[in-house]
Amino acid sequence: MKKDTIKIRWHGRGGQGAITAAKIVANAAFVSGYSGVVMTPTFGTERRGAPVLTSLKISKNKIYDLSPIEEPDMIVVLDHLLLEEAGVTNGLKPGGTIILNTPKSPDDYHFNEMKVATADVTSIAVKAGLMQGIVNSGIIGAFAKASGLINLEILTKEIEQEFKDKRPKENAEAARLAYSITNIGGM
Amino acid sequence: MHIIESGNVAAATGVKLSRAEVIAAYPITPQTPLTEKLSELVDSGEMKAEYIPVESEHSALAVCIAASSSGSRAFTATSANGLLYMNEQIHWAAGARLPIVMCVVNRGIGAPWTVWNDHQDSISQRDTGWIQLYQCDHQQIIDTVIQAFLIAETVSIPVMVCYDGYLLSHTYMPFEIPGQSEIDKFLPKFKPAYFLDPKNPANLNTVTLPDVRPDVRGDLAPGYMEIRHNLHMDMRRTISVVEEVDRKYQKVTGRGGTPLVEKYECDDADFIAVCLGSLSYQLRDVVDMMRKEGIKAGVFGIRLYRPFPDQAIANALSRAKGVVVFEKALSYGNQGALFADIKSALYNSGNKPFVHNYILGLGGREIKTQDLFNSFMASCKDDGKIGDEPQWIGLKM
Repeated sequence: MKKDTIKIRWHGRGGQGAITAAKIVANAAFVSGYSGVVMTPTFGTERRGAPVLTSLKISKNKIYDLSPIEEPDMIVVLDHLLLEEAGVTNGLKPGGTIILNTPKSPDDYHFNEMKVATADVTSIAVKAGLMQGIVNSGIIGAFAKASGLINLEILTKEIEQEFKDKRPKENAEAARLAYSITNIGGM
Repeated sequence: MHIIESGNVAAATGVKLSRAEVIAAYPITPQTPLTEKLSELVDSGEMKAEYIPVESEHSALAVCIAASSSGSRAFTATSANGLLYMNEQIHWAAGARLPIVMCVVNRGIGAPWTVWNDHQDSISQRDTGWIQLYQCDHQQIIDTVIQAFLIAETVSIPVMVCYDGYLLSHTYMPFEIPGQSEIDKFLPKFKPAYFLDPKNPANLNTVTLPDVRPDVRGDLAPGYMEIRHNLHMDMRRTISVVEEVDRKYQKVTGRGGTPLVEKYECDDADFIAVCLGSLSYQLRDVVDMMRKEGIKAGVFGIRLYRPFPDQAIANALSRAKGVVVFEKALSYGNQGALFADIKSALYNSGNKPFVHNYILGLGGREIKTQDLFNSFMASCKDDGKIGDEPQWIGLKM
């Protein structure tokens, strides 16, 4: 895989909207000048509640390699309990970033040579006016803060576009609030 | 306008812009969301077409055959065992010279059941008399679906637009949607020379005797063999029609230029990889890795597989020392179908490079870039050990 490709793997549970979150970030990345964007949902038989993952590659150049991400630069986890199930951090390189929806703080996690960013997206989303359990808009705020890759304004605009029939303002607000409370730990 | 969407949405958008008039499809697995998207477009009124849900893939193509015979622009889509269930009608559509367009979202064939990608489904249909075009990304999917209608209607031969299941069908990437007015200029309304018309009753494709004989007007009419010879000659002529249609499309949209084969770093290459579908794009990264190691490697993807552009392929390989054919399909008990075709195209050309065959990715087995690199390198450094037998990449037992 080309070195100029940024590889982000999204982990969630079926029904949590990890694919939608990755799609929003894909659109925002494209608008921000990343002409190479490839988003690949899990290939298989998804069902509600089961662990699912989505790969997102972004690059300033067209991406030709559609093979699955083996060594992600970043991992976004929509449910911190997924960390207890196998495989979530597989392949993450030293210096990589783990972005977690969790009530805990970065100090509670001990990943060797990884940057950990945490935000309690589940409760922040309720504060923003969303139903309990809607986390796929809020997690984008945590992603924006921890990655620094894409401007929050562009991301919230894409969130409003994606959720135009489902509380667009509240979803954008969830991302803004999550951005403001995201804690980034040291290595 | 650019959007980021799945390959299925790219295909459906192409069908909409082409103003297909009749869509018939069977919605159950192994079907893809392509036909769901079309049913939404028809239901919402964004697309003016008759959408006919049917009880099987055989019926889906039968409906398209009827619609096309009566002068409508017809479209269907399927995959894997669904395509095989159509088989009898697939031959019929080609023999009846109906310009139907069908997307084949490439998936492996059961048994055992699989829904993941390989090319065995469409490769098993290569001798049916349909034109087959293979795609590498979403832009090619939407552009080729639109071009396929013009190709089909120009030569009166149906077209399969093939693209990789999951790798393209369910993956999201950016692509540009051409404007409706541009496409209306490119693709005029379908005007068949003959069609079923109650005002002018006729029998089509009745029993045809082995020999020629006078028809009802007393004119000498072709027998079965002449009709089949015509199909073959028109298939050969289709190679240049595909090029003409591509030039016309390029004038309208600015995109195109590689209708038969799509070459990458081939001009000075000693070793050239050949394959179908999105794999040729993954191999571009492998070629870059090999060039860093000082190996003059190149790759080309075959866009038009039937009719086979043998001359263009022989030309592209005219100075290669070695050719490596990567395939997601196999003629069981022999070798890869494309491998045999490539060797055949080279047989009468001046250059006789070694030709190796790698089988990979069957039933969606992951294709790792590093594995492609290792195999391609092994072929470049081979001293005759690899030979003519297909080599398998990614076997774990």
